[in-house]
Amino acid sequence: MKAGEDMEKIITSKGLIYEYYTHNDKGEIESKHRALDELNLEIQKGQFVVILGHNGSGKSTLAKHMNAILHPTGGTLLIKGMDVKDQKNLWDIRQTAGMVFQNPDNQIIAAIVEEDVAFGPENLGIEPKEIRKRVDESINAVQMAEYMTHSPNLLSGGQKQRIAIAGVLAMKPECIILDEPTAMLDPVGRKEVLETIYRLNKKENITIIHITHYMEEAIKADRVVVMDRGKIVMDDTPRKIFSQVEKLKELGLDVPQVTELAFYMQKQGINISTEILTIEEMVDEIWQLNSRK
Amino acid sequence: MFRDITIGQYYPANSLIHKLDSRVKIIATFIFIIDLFIANNYIGYGITSIFLGIIIFLSKVPIKYMLKGLKAIFVIILITGALNIFMTPGEHVLWSYKGITITGEGLYTAGLMATRLIFLIIGSSILTLTTSPIQLTDGIESILNPFKKIGIPAHEVAMMMTIALRFIPILLEETDKIMKAQMARGADFESGGIIKRAKSLIPLLVPLFISAFRRAEELAMAMEARCYRGGENRTRMKQLVIENKDYIAMTIIAIFTLIMILIRFI
Repeated sequence: MKAGEDMEKIITSKGLIYEYYTHNDKGEIESKHRALDELNLEIQKGQFVVILGHNGSGKSTLAKHMNAILHPTGGTLLIKGMDVKDQKNLWDIRQTAGMVFQNPDNQIIAAIVEEDVAFGPENLGIEPKEIRKRVDESINAVQMAEYMTHSPNLLSGGQKQRIAIAGVLAMKPECIILDEPTAMLDPVGRKEVLETIYRLNKKENITIIHITHYMEEAIKADRVVVMDRGKIVMDDTPRKIFSQVEKLKELGLDVPQVTELAFYMQKQGINISTEILTIEEMVDEIWQLNSRK
Repeated sequence: MFRDITIGQYYPANSLIHKLDSRVKIIATFIFIIDLFIANNYIGYGITSIFLGIIIFLSKVPIKYMLKGLKAIFVIILITGALNIFMTPGEHVLWSYKGITITGEGLYTAGLMATRLIFLIIGSSILTLTTSPIQLTDGIESILNPFKKIGIPAHEVAMMMTIALRFIPILLEETDKIMKAQMARGADFESGGIIKRAKSLIPLLVPLFISAFRRAEELAMAMEARCYRGGENRTRMKQLVIENKDYIAMTIIAIFTLIMILIRFI
């Protein structure tokens, strides 16, 4: 790897604007809603970024821009240097930045797991032998090899979502955007999906942009971006973000329970750090309280 | 209640018939159906039954499954049989009462027609029982491919079948869910006359359609996100290959057709 390649920017947005229009019966514009409001964001290659925000904060709209499903009303968005507004970049962008959606049922196309994973590379016009190789690799990467020839209907939500991830993976993307992939899953399925994307980020060095409204899912991220009303309001490491309990509450977001506990303990005059994310850290911190007096 | 419905009655087994190329099987079934209409006497059907028997034996599919398909058309066989028995004019009157006559010719045609229908169903059942829906779809796409030039949308038809196969179970499950939800709130789907029952389906169909459209929209977006842009320049992971056994199968069906033609015209 060349020096400096680590810091290569995969996503660059400058003053990105997107407006939804509501039309009346005559086709005139009745009202407009600004979903993205001059948004600036840079994401480096290999990062694990979590985008947080409550409903209507524009996080899904942003995701759809990164895959060139929606086109910006104003400003620019570059995916690995390719402008999303340029129609000729469309397929390259979609291959570079793969997308996983919320509903696992509505993104699996074929009636057999391996056929579905092959769907992406088949669309790219890749040689049959190479497709076979990619399908096997991708299914192994999400640890679903034993379900290769099963029907997706018989799989659990978490398993279906892992298949959807494998389907994107088979297109050899550099970046995977996951638009609330865990919203419809049970806790077990959520854990499966999170472990899978975390592993892909560490082992395969794939940039992950994970959009969610579950705070716990952001703990392991390299970077957390908080959105509100189409703007980025916070952008830092999870530790720094979650320690600002009051600001997050104002934005209508929760913080991990232990962090909240630490926050209230500090308020009560106990000398404890609020940069606590897990129960283990909390235990260590309480453990050391006495010696700190 | 909808869980029992299976689409495509594929019976997985490891047999010679299962391993044949799906295109060969589709074309062979098509030729076989034409042969059934070429044959018009009991010698022809005798040979056909031996032929079918051998294929069923080779396919390792239990006879029970073959006969299941017949249940659905039992009424049709009865009606055509009755029509043929009573309506065929002839010289050998066996029984006559107030203008209704049964003739020897009538019984003969009724028998032939019933056999023809039964063979037709069994013949096409062998195709669906030994070919998975996906192989079937691939086969149809590949057969229709040469006709693309005259405007037959081969890829689109196959893609529609693939998506239908994937979503029929999902929609059935959803119907079941909506039905239970409506029943929990006092909806009645079972009592009343046919009109009342049809009316009671409206609160079931409206949410079902709305959800189906929403699914279609999301699926289209997911397909586009995975670079789907129609059939052009698209490759397939699984290539269909014609092997020696497929040539042998084609030869056998050709010989069978020849025999049928000879029996009819000699």
